[in-house]
Amino acid sequence: MEGMYAFCVGLLTACGVFLALRGRSFSVVVGLTLLSYAVNLFLFASGRLKLDGAAVLGESEQYSDPLPQALVLTAIVIGFAMTAFAVILAMRARADLGNDHVDGAIPPQHNDTSKKSGGSQ
Amino acid sequence: MSSLIWLPFLPLLGTLIPLITARLSRTVCALMTAALPALTLLLVLSHAGDIFQGENFEAAIPWIPSIGLELAFRLDGLALLFAILILGIGLLVILYARYYLSAQDSIGKFYAYLILFMFAMLGVVLSNNLIQLWFFWELTSISSFLLISFWGHKTDARKGARMALTITGAGGLALLAGLLILGNTVGSFNLQDILDSGPFIKASANYPIIVVLILLGAFTKSAQFPFHFWLPNAMAAPTPVSAYLHSATMVKAGIFLMARFYPALADTNLWFLIVSLTGLATFLVGAYHALFQHDLKGLLANSTISHLGLITLLLGMGTDLAAVAAIFHIINHAIFKASLFMAAGIIDHESGSRDMRQLNGLWKYMPYTATLAMVASASMAGVPLMNGFLSKEMFFTETLHQASLGSLSWFIPVLATLGGVFAVAYSTRFIHDVFFNGEPINLPKTPHEPPRYMRVPVEILVALCLLVGLFPSLVVGDLLFAAASATLNGTAPDYSLAIWHGFNFPLLMSIIALIGGLFMYHNRTHLFKFQAKFPSSDPKLIFEGIVQRIAAQASRIIAYTENNSLQRYIFFVLSLSMVMTASSLMKLNTTTGQRPEIPVDALSITCAVLLCVSAIATVIWHRRRVIALITLSVVGLIVSLAFALFSAPDLALTQLSVEVVTVILLILALFFLPQKTPKESSPQRVVRDLGLASLVGGVIGTICYALMTRPLDTISTFFTENSKTGGGGTNVVNVILVDFRGFDTLGEITVLGIAALGIYKLIARMRLSMPSADSTGRPWSEDKHPILLAVISQSLLPLALLVSAYIFLRGHNMPGGGFIAGLITAVAIIQQYIGHGVDWIKTRLKLDYQIMIGAGIGVSTLSGLGSWVFGHTFLSSWFDYFYLPVIGKFELASAMFFDLGVYLTVIGATMLILANLGKLTTSERPTLQEHD
Repeated sequence: MEGMYAFCVGLLTACGVFLALRGRSFSVVVGLTLLSYAVNLFLFASGRLKLDGAAVLGESEQYSDPLPQALVLTAIVIGFAMTAFAVILAMRARADLGNDHVDGAIPPQHNDTSKKSGGSQ
Repeated sequence: MSSLIWLPFLPLLGTLIPLITARLSRTVCALMTAALPALTLLLVLSHAGDIFQGENFEAAIPWIPSIGLELAFRLDGLALLFAILILGIGLLVILYARYYLSAQDSIGKFYAYLILFMFAMLGVVLSNNLIQLWFFWELTSISSFLLISFWGHKTDARKGARMALTITGAGGLALLAGLLILGNTVGSFNLQDILDSGPFIKASANYPIIVVLILLGAFTKSAQFPFHFWLPNAMAAPTPVSAYLHSATMVKAGIFLMARFYPALADTNLWFLIVSLTGLATFLVGAYHALFQHDLKGLLANSTISHLGLITLLLGMGTDLAAVAAIFHIINHAIFKASLFMAAGIIDHESGSRDMRQLNGLWKYMPYTATLAMVASASMAGVPLMNGFLSKEMFFTETLHQASLGSLSWFIPVLATLGGVFAVAYSTRFIHDVFFNGEPINLPKTPHEPPRYMRVPVEILVALCLLVGLFPSLVVGDLLFAAASATLNGTAPDYSLAIWHGFNFPLLMSIIALIGGLFMYHNRTHLFKFQAKFPSSDPKLIFEGIVQRIAAQASRIIAYTENNSLQRYIFFVLSLSMVMTASSLMKLNTTTGQRPEIPVDALSITCAVLLCVSAIATVIWHRRRVIALITLSVVGLIVSLAFALFSAPDLALTQLSVEVVTVILLILALFFLPQKTPKESSPQRVVRDLGLASLVGGVIGTICYALMTRPLDTISTFFTENSKTGGGGTNVVNVILVDFRGFDTLGEITVLGIAALGIYKLIARMRLSMPSADSTGRPWSEDKHPILLAVISQSLLPLALLVSAYIFLRGHNMPGGGFIAGLITAVAIIQQYIGHGVDWIKTRLKLDYQIMIGAGIGVSTLSGLGSWVFGHTFLSSWFDYFYLPVIGKFELASAMFFDLGVYLTVIGATMLILANLGKLTTSERPTLQEHD
C-alpha cells in the first residue's frame, strides 16, 4: 500500500509541477492545486499510514499519529485561501494587463523604471 | 554601576532637542543641544578618578545570552580617553557650528545628525560586546553619511558622502565577518573575554583571516592606503563636520578598533607586516599629497591621512612603548587637527575662499586667528614646546628601535624622517601661503576677524596644544597612562613625558625634518612644476566609474534572471532544490525501510488508478479548462477518500468541504478568464518541463516511500495521553488544534482572515469585462436561477446548518470541529447564492463577512486572554462537566469558545472571497463604486 501511496504522491507532484510550468495563469492555479494535494498527502504520510486507527480515544486499539493530521487540517484550509488568492491575482492581472500570461512573453504596459541601469546623477 | 548603561543613550535622547528647539533662536538651540552631551561628559569625568586608580567599569543587560547578545558597556582608560575626545570636541563643534552655519541651513537638522553621530561614536568606544560594537560602528557610517551630505544640493557633497559610505560600509561588512569569526573562535562575544584570550586567538587557525577582516574594517574607516581617497572627497561636508569627524572621531574609530583589539590580535609577524607597512605607506602618501593641495581643507585632509598612518604605523610596531606613543599622538592629533579645521573654516567663512592661491597675506586682516592657526600648525609640524613635538619625538624614537625588517630596518626611521620633512613643508605652507606671501587675490569678500565666540573653540584647543606641550605629565599624564594600560590590557611600561631628553637621534631627526621641510617649502615652485607633469587622476572619477560598471553589470544580471517569466523562476527554484535533495538522497543506501507494509486491496487499487488517470487527464486537457476542472475535482475527492481510509476522518471531512468551495471558486474565476488555453509551448519546452516534473515527482515519491517504510519515533504519544485529562476531549486532532497548539491555530485563522481581506481589496478595484458568450460563441444562458435548484437549496439550508452545528459541537470528542463546521456552513450559504442569486440573498441575509472575520479572531483571542484572568498563561484551556435535566451530563470547555472563533473566521473568510467574487457577475459589481 505504501508503494502505491508514494507513487500517487509522486505522480500528483509531477502533474502539479508540469502545470505550474505552463505559461498561462489558470494552468498554474490548477498546477498549484494538484501540488497542494500532493504536499498534504506527503505531510500526512509522515505520520505513517494506519488503517482503522482514527485518533479518537476509545475508538480503536492503536491510534494513528494525530499531529500531522492537525497540521494538514489547517494546511488544507490555508491552501484554499492561497489558491483563492492566486486565482484573484490572476483575474486582477488579466483585468489590469489585459492578458493571462505569466511567462513574461507580452511586455507589461508600463515601462519598468527600476530596470534602467545606473541611476546616479 | 547601572548609570553606565544609560550614559551612551543620553545623547540619543538629545537628538530630539535640536529638532524641537530649532524654531527658537540659534543660540538657544545650540545651548539646549549642548546640555545633554555636557551632562554626559560630566558623568564620564566623574568616573575618571577611579579609572586613573586602575579600575574598570562594566555594566550589562543580557538579551539572548545563548548566542552572546547583550547590551554591554565598559568604561576603561581607552574608552575614557575617546569618550572625552568625542564629547569634549563635540561640545566645541556645537558652539562653532552655531556661528558657522548660515541662516539658510537648518541648524536643527544639523545638530540632530551631529548628536546622532556622537551617540554612535560613544557607543563604539564604550561597547563591551562585539556585535554591539559593530552595530554602533555601522551607525557611525550612516550618521556620517548624513553629515557629509548635509549640503545635499551640491553634487560634491552627494558624491563624497556616497563614496565615504560605500568604502566604510564595505569595510563594516568585512569587520562584521571578522568579529563573528573571532567571537566563534573564542566562544564569547564579550570584549573582556576576547582581550583575555589573546594567545589562544593568535594560535588558532582562524587568526590570519580574523586579522585581515578586522583590519579591513579599521583601514577603511581610518582612511588608510589604499582606501584613503574617500577622506579628501568627504571634505565637501560643512567644516564643523570635518573638524569633528575627520580629526577626532570618525577616522579615529579605525584607530580605536586597532587599539581595542591590540591585546588580542597584535604582536605577531602578520600584524606587524600588514599594520606597520600600511601605516608607513599611508603616512608618506598622505604627507606627499598634502603638500600639493591648493584647497585648505584638502591639505588638512591629506595631512590627517598622513597622521592616521603614523598612528597605525606605531600600533603595528608591536612594542608597548610604541602603543603608548600611538595613544599620545591620538590625543595630540585630535587637538591640533580639530583646531586647524576650525581655523580653516573661519578663513573660508570670513574670506569666501579656501584656495591657497587666492588666500595670501591674511595676517593683516585677521591677526588673532592667524596666531591661533600658526600655533596649531606648528604643533602639526612637530615644533618643540608643542604637543605634536612630544609624540613625534616618541614616534621617531620607536622607529629607531624597530628591528622587524631585519637588515632593512633602517628604512623605517629614514622614511619616517622623510614624512616629517613633508609635514613641516605643508605646515609651513599652511602658515606662509595663507597669512603672508603678498596680498589676497580676487577674494569674494574682504576678510575680517570672526565673531568672538566662533573663535572660542579654537582658542581652547590651541591653549591645550600649548599646555600639553609644556606640561605634558600634568595635563594628560594620568589619562595617557590609563588609556595606554587599557590598550595593553595590563600596565603601561615606563616612559618619560619630558620635553628635553638631551641631544639624541630622535632630536636630530626632528631637526632634519624642520630644516628639510623649510628647504622644501622654499623650493616649492620647482616641486609644483614637477608635480604638474603627472597625469592628473581623480579618485572620485575612478570610483564613480567602478560604481557605474558594477551597477550596469548588476542590471544585466537582473535583466537575465528577472524576465517577468514565472516559468523561469519556478524552473530555477525547482532545479536547485532537486540538486540539493538528490545529493542527500544518494547517501541513503536503501529506499525500503524496516517497517512492514499494509497489504493492498482491490478497492484502494481502483481508487489509486482513478486518481492517477484523473491527474494525468488534468494535465492532458489542461487547455480545455472546464474539463480540467472536473478531472481536478475527481482528484480532490479521491484524496479525501484516502484520508478517510488512513484513519484521518477530520482530514477527510475538511478536504471534502474545501473541495466544494475550491471548485466553486475556480468555476467563478473561469467566467472571467479565457475558456481555453492556446497551444503555445514549444516541443523543447514540453520535453524540458516533463523531464523536470518527472524528476521532482520521482524524488518526492521516493522520499515519501522511504519515509513511510521506516519506523516512526513520534512525539504524539504526549498528545494522545493528555488529550482527555489535559484538554478534556477525546478527538486528539481537534484537541491539538484548539488546545495544545492553539497559538498556531490562532495564527492560522489570522492568516486566513488577512488573505480573505486581501482578496476582497483586490476584487474591489478590479475592472473586468463580463464575457457575453463562451469560447465557442454560444451566449450565456439568461435563465439564471432554475426553480428546482432554488427550492431544494432553500429547504436544505436548515438541515445543513443543523449538521454543521452538530459537527461543531461534537468536534472536541468526535471528528468535526470549527474548521469543518465553518466550511459546511459556508457551503450551505453558497448554495443559497447559487440557487437564488446575489440580489435575492442581499435582501434576506445581512451578514457583514468582514465583521465576521474580525469577530472570529476576536473571540479566539479573548478566549485565550480569558485564561489570564484566572492567572494562567495565554490560551490555557479549562473544562468541566455539568449536569442538566433532560440533556444529561455535558461538558463545557474554554476550548469551545476558541473553536467558535475558528468557526466564525472560516465562514467569514470563505464567504468574503466567494460572495464578492460572485458579485462580480451581477449588477452589484463593486468596481463601479470604487474610485482611484
